[in-house]
Amino acid sequence: MSISIDQNVCIGCGKCHDVCPGTLIKINENKKAFIKYPKDCWGCTSCIKECPVHAIRFFLGEDIGGKGSKVHTEKVNGLVRWIVEFPDGRVKSIDIDPKESNKY
Amino acid sequence: MKIERLKTDLLIIGGGTAGCYAAITAAKANATNNAANNAADLKILIVEKANIKRSGCLAAGVNALNAYITEGRTPKDYVEYAKKDADGIVREDLLYSISEKFNEVTAHLEKLGLVILKDKDGKYVTRGNRNIKINGENIKPILADAVKKLDNVTVLNHVNIFDFSVHNNKINGAFGFGIENDTFYAIEAGAVIIATGGAAGLYRPNNPGFSRHKMWYPPFNTGAGYAMGIRHGAEMTTFEMRFIALRCKDTIAPTGTLAQGVGAKQVNALGDVYETKYGISTSERVYGTVAENLEGRGPCYLRTVGISAEQEESLLKAYLNMAPSQTIRWLENETPSKANVEIEGTEPYIVGGHTASGYWVDTKRATTIEGLYAAGDVAGGAPQKYVTGALAEGEIAAKSAVSYIEGLSALRLIRQAHQPAQGPDVQFKVAEPAEATIKEGEVAEHVAEIKKFLDPRGDEDGDTAERLEEEMQAAMDAYAGGIQTSYRYSENQLAVALEKIEGIEARTNSLHADDFQELMYIYELKERLTVCKSVIAHLAARKETRWHSFAENSDYPEKDNEHFRKYVNSRLENGKIKIILRELTAEGQRTYEHQH
Ligand SMILES: Cc1cc2nc3c(=O)[nH]c(=O)nc-3n(C[C@H](O)[C@H](O)[C@H](O)COP(=O)(O)OP(=O)(O)OC[C@H]3O[C@@H](n4cnc5c(N)ncnc54)[C@H](O)[C@@H]3O)c2cc1C
Ligand code: SF4
Ligand code: SF4
Repeated sequence: MSISIDQNVCIGCGKCHDVCPGTLIKINENKKAFIKYPKDCWGCTSCIKECPVHAIRFFLGEDIGGKGSKVHTEKVNGLVRWIVEFPDGRVKSIDIDPKESNKY
Repeated sequence: MKIERLKTDLLIIGGGTAGCYAAITAAKANATNNAANNAADLKILIVEKANIKRSGCLAAGVNALNAYITEGRTPKDYVEYAKKDADGIVREDLLYSISEKFNEVTAHLEKLGLVILKDKDGKYVTRGNRNIKINGENIKPILADAVKKLDNVTVLNHVNIFDFSVHNNKINGAFGFGIENDTFYAIEAGAVIIATGGAAGLYRPNNPGFSRHKMWYPPFNTGAGYAMGIRHGAEMTTFEMRFIALRCKDTIAPTGTLAQGVGAKQVNALGDVYETKYGISTSERVYGTVAENLEGRGPCYLRTVGISAEQEESLLKAYLNMAPSQTIRWLENETPSKANVEIEGTEPYIVGGHTASGYWVDTKRATTIEGLYAAGDVAGGAPQKYVTGALAEGEIAAKSAVSYIEGLSALRLIRQAHQPAQGPDVQFKVAEPAEATIKEGEVAEHVAEIKKFLDPRGDEDGDTAERLEEEMQAAMDAYAGGIQTSYRYSENQLAVALEKIEGIEARTNSLHADDFQELMYIYELKERLTVCKSVIAHLAARKETRWHSFAENSDYPEKDNEHFRKYVNSRLENGKIKIILRELTAEGQRTYEHQH
């Protein structure tokens, strides 16, 4: 699994860089984030949750059966909203209330 | 390259679960002691290779505290459970000491902001006999924030520690380098807590291609703590008890939530429930799946077909909180109510929070190196430790380290009092160690080693750390019981594994790094190779099969209680791994001290 960063959206705040447990994300001379070692991504999604402008998506690698959906999260009214964009253009979102624990 | 020397009272290596909690505890213990005797603040330094906000096992979040004493249960029940699961090879003293703290550290976490699910009477909602349910997506930021609030704790993020400074079996500090500021660090410390977690990436992973890091254990925990201890002659225990997780195929997402959350049973391709056939210990669950596949009844699944819409909805959310790739998998294909979830075993990991591998410690978490304490996945003897166990060990190690440091300064005061008077305020000056404990020569040696890797090397097609890592993983996979051999190995195979690992190790000397991040990759490889050699030695030493899959010795397929109801320990002596068999702790034993 890996991530992709939309450099047109990125504002170069460096938050994704700060949280990556593998220090895999770097900021280039143009103040844009990029993942230097895509194969090294653990898929923990820390960077995605941190990005203030939602420039980062994650996807499942084709080698593990990924079909190209792109995922990110947004905070909406205190809820964490997970947004899945499917390759055919459909979008599904799932809201999680951080104050309510998992059922399982 | 800049060279920086730092000095601290307590050095904590690895700001993960155990490391952060050790800092919180040490700061508190110190404040309490200081109030009593008006002493100066203890300086505490955490050095973390990533950033403590999201580093280590807890990066993605967890959805349960797997070790908790639920109502009506006692710490003894937990000890008995862990002992049974590991078929006797546990340290009871260590297990008691953490079990008695599970609930206390949980209450503390809740106070720090962790959301724990409660029923209408305000009681924690349990999952099975030992688990409680949490919303743990932000558990690591909660710990990191608590650390940031402490005045006397400094955090050095993005600094990788690669060696200890040990003289006469006493630790004086450690060496590291900043992976983004091109700085070499020599850090002197009164005491050190090692909390670098376990080791992933020794064996070829399930998906060695693009998704090679889509693994269960953090690929960034590379066994640094084990390797540094091994090289400096620390005694280590039970590396042969490898951990193999039973996971959802491809996404390597956890299965416990399906098994315990919606009661999904393990079934083979014929639809038969096979889990009861092989037993339900952690290793037997993996083994059953392996055996069904070997006998042609695979693939194996967790039977989720038929769960209710409400259950499915909850599952999708639960996985988003801890392993979002599984939810994506379901949404891209079929959801769990419509298709069973295929399962597989992962490659083996070395992880003292799940099995019993790691530093041989006493009840205070002192290792066999004076001044060095171990906590969390890097410490051995106490399997089924999980989050709360790592916190408990962080607390125990911190208290021990603080009293060790305070003992040292008391000693210095006494020594100083016997010297001729040098001035009125001499008693306060001596709190600073008189001279550097890490000598210039030692610094120069380490700097020279690093420079050698950073210097340009004429040949462009030489080995790379990545290539050698793949060779190492392939060798471990084929000859030391990886996925390829269904986790089995023989003495002859282990001999081949060792030869290959030593061959790869010899080639690491000519590796080249373009920057400090690549330098870290070289050291990670070297750490893994060191750990591999110890794993091989331990696998060879336990001439029995006590835990299927975890240590499946095809030369000795049966359990041998007469000879191997013992700990298999090891220590590096004159460059050779010496195996030491030690007697098990007695039933109910609460304390244990090293005999040096
Ligand atoms: C994916 C996953 C899910 C889990 N889910 C649960 C669960 O639901 N419930 C539960 O109770 N337990 C769970 N566990 C187990 C539990 O999280 C761990 O046992 C525990 O967090 C280990 O704590 P630790 O401090 O030993 O390791 P970590 O928290 O991993 O800390 C190790 C730290 O050391 C740093 N480090 C490593 N090497 C170096 C170096 N050379 N220099 C400097 N720093 C270094 C790392 O970056 C990391 O921050 C899970 C584990 C994993 C991997
Ligand atoms: S998903 Fe995790 S490992 Fe991957 S780049 Fe983001 S923060 Fe790093
Ligand atoms: S967090 Fe988002 S905006 Fe900030 S640097 Fe990273 S990608 Fe760019």
